[in-house]
Amino acid sequence: MLKIADKTFSSRLFTGTGKFSSNQTMQDAILASGSELVTVALRRVNLNSPEDDILNHLQHPIINLLPNTSGVRTAKEAIFAAQLAREALETNWLKLEIHPDPKYLLPDPIETLVATEELAKQGFVILPYVHADPVLCKRLENAGAAAVMPLGSPIGSNKGLKTLDFLEIIVEQSNVPVIVDAGIGAPSDAAKAMEIGADAVLVNTAIAVAGDPIQMARAFKLAVEAGRMAYLAKLAKQGSIAVASSPLTAFLDE
Amino acid sequence: MNSFKTIFENHSWDEVKQSIYAKTKMDVEQALHSNKRTLEDFKALISPSAAQYLEPMAVLSQKLTQQRFGKVIQLYIPLYLSNECTNICTYCGFSLDNRVRRKTLTEPEILKEIAVIKELGYEHILLVTGEAQQTVHVEYFKKVLHLIRPYFAQVSMEVQPLSIEEYGELIPLGLTSVLVYQETYHQEDYKKHHPKGKKSNFNYRLETPDRLGQAGIHKMGLGVLIGLEEWRTDSFFTALHLQYLEKTYWQTRYSLSFPRLRPFSGGLQPKVEMSDRELVQLICAYRLFNEDVEISLSTRESEQFRNHCIRLGITSISAGSKTNPGGYAVEPASLEQFEISDERSPEEISRVIRSQGYEPVWKDWDQCFHAQ
Repeated sequence: MLKIADKTFSSRLFTGTGKFSSNQTMQDAILASGSELVTVALRRVNLNSPEDDILNHLQHPIINLLPNTSGVRTAKEAIFAAQLAREALETNWLKLEIHPDPKYLLPDPIETLVATEELAKQGFVILPYVHADPVLCKRLENAGAAAVMPLGSPIGSNKGLKTLDFLEIIVEQSNVPVIVDAGIGAPSDAAKAMEIGADAVLVNTAIAVAGDPIQMARAFKLAVEAGRMAYLAKLAKQGSIAVASSPLTAFLDE
Repeated sequence: MNSFKTIFENHSWDEVKQSIYAKTKMDVEQALHSNKRTLEDFKALISPSAAQYLEPMAVLSQKLTQQRFGKVIQLYIPLYLSNECTNICTYCGFSLDNRVRRKTLTEPEILKEIAVIKELGYEHILLVTGEAQQTVHVEYFKKVLHLIRPYFAQVSMEVQPLSIEEYGELIPLGLTSVLVYQETYHQEDYKKHHPKGKKSNFNYRLETPDRLGQAGIHKMGLGVLIGLEEWRTDSFFTALHLQYLEKTYWQTRYSLSFPRLRPFSGGLQPKVEMSDRELVQLICAYRLFNEDVEISLSTRESEQFRNHCIRLGITSISAGSKTNPGGYAVEPASLEQFEISDERSPEEISRVIRSQGYEPVWKDWDQCFHAQ
């Protein structure tokens, strides 16, 4: 079981709520994925309305909401948005996303660290979205992040694990759960992330924009399970050394 | 001030036009197969040679748009605050020389209009005015923003160009986005279409996006009025402007709109006609050139055209729009800016969006992002 802060999860597949062709499809896909932690953009929900359609479709006993701050550009804005989310959605969990660059939506490491420090003091369970920067991940851990969410490639790009070597370092060094977020384009990418020892993955675009989001959600569920199982079973070492002939050492036997 | 003007002045309209028309099928194919498309690729995609590649362009445009934005279409509605204007613009119903009684909404009137708009379900609103410094000035806008901020998640403005300081005063009050269309990048023709008023200053308008970027606006909208000049060349300059702005003001989001000239009382006939087929080509070309620019389509376009465009690369549309101050409740018969073409209600448009396999999105911003 995966434990983040005070919650345990039997599913290691986290999902998002954006880009779906309808809120019903979103709900069906999330339920098919078995996901227990679902991120939702503050900008998309109507915090003042109890009848918000997105939130209504997320009311399910297995679904925990993970509000995100997509849209903010600075630590200051993020902190304000976090407080609002905590009050309106009655959760102190937060996916901290600060991307001042609207083109590739790459996270601002400096603002993210500042916001994490402050929000941790205010009692938030913070899951910061960051570049696959091992040093930054350690700094965030020290600042009180409950987990780290390094990216595989830019949000929505479906390009897979372009940052693989750095993700491996982060997994090796981290004392908090590592959730690979962003860029996971296919179930095989998710499986790969799990094989290298990531604690969970977060997938949105690849499910939401698939030809059949519900089938794709199932495919991701299986891939994440398979990848985790493979990690636990310990993969055989790659690239055994060829020993057909030994031109350099054969003389020893002469 | 460093501005787009320097780059703009390095390009000659005639040479650009010539080079667009010189693009061949091979250039188009190269552009289609490229991963990162350049301005030269964009020229190829808007050239007459690309006309026969419309279907593959549309397929790509749909795919890129869905990946970036999802299967969703955002909805917004304009609120015309005033039709007073001290400019003469040959194509606009609000032109000073159009001798019709003018109106600027008062605060109680704005509240009445808002009530109707909220009833329709809107969270994103676009405030529109003419240019009348005596009555519709920054103080007026400040009052309006204070008044309407509690009702809307996102407030955009399409008003006269302002100074950096003025934008700086409005942004903290909840102003998210400003649209400022150049109308045409053809400098000589611009003068002909804007003979009188502050708007006749081409360069002041050209540098408005720079002022917005420096003021730190979250989003700005660019565009030209199609029909004033040769649309391919004007579109190239829009793309050039967009590319410059994205590199310079990298924290700002951008949107595009390409209104086609519509009839209004006493109006101008388009100098250049653009067919539906060409407009689709342009939408797809912009999407292939820039995967994350927002593209909106107003009620100027016909029902049938808008129905089909939902899947082609646009990201937001308006519905149930009135283009006159008071149009929703206070004074339905006041002078309108242009005749709308698609008169369907937001509810009907929502149904159409759903039937195309897309989710209508009413809210994609929050006032809490204007915290400081």
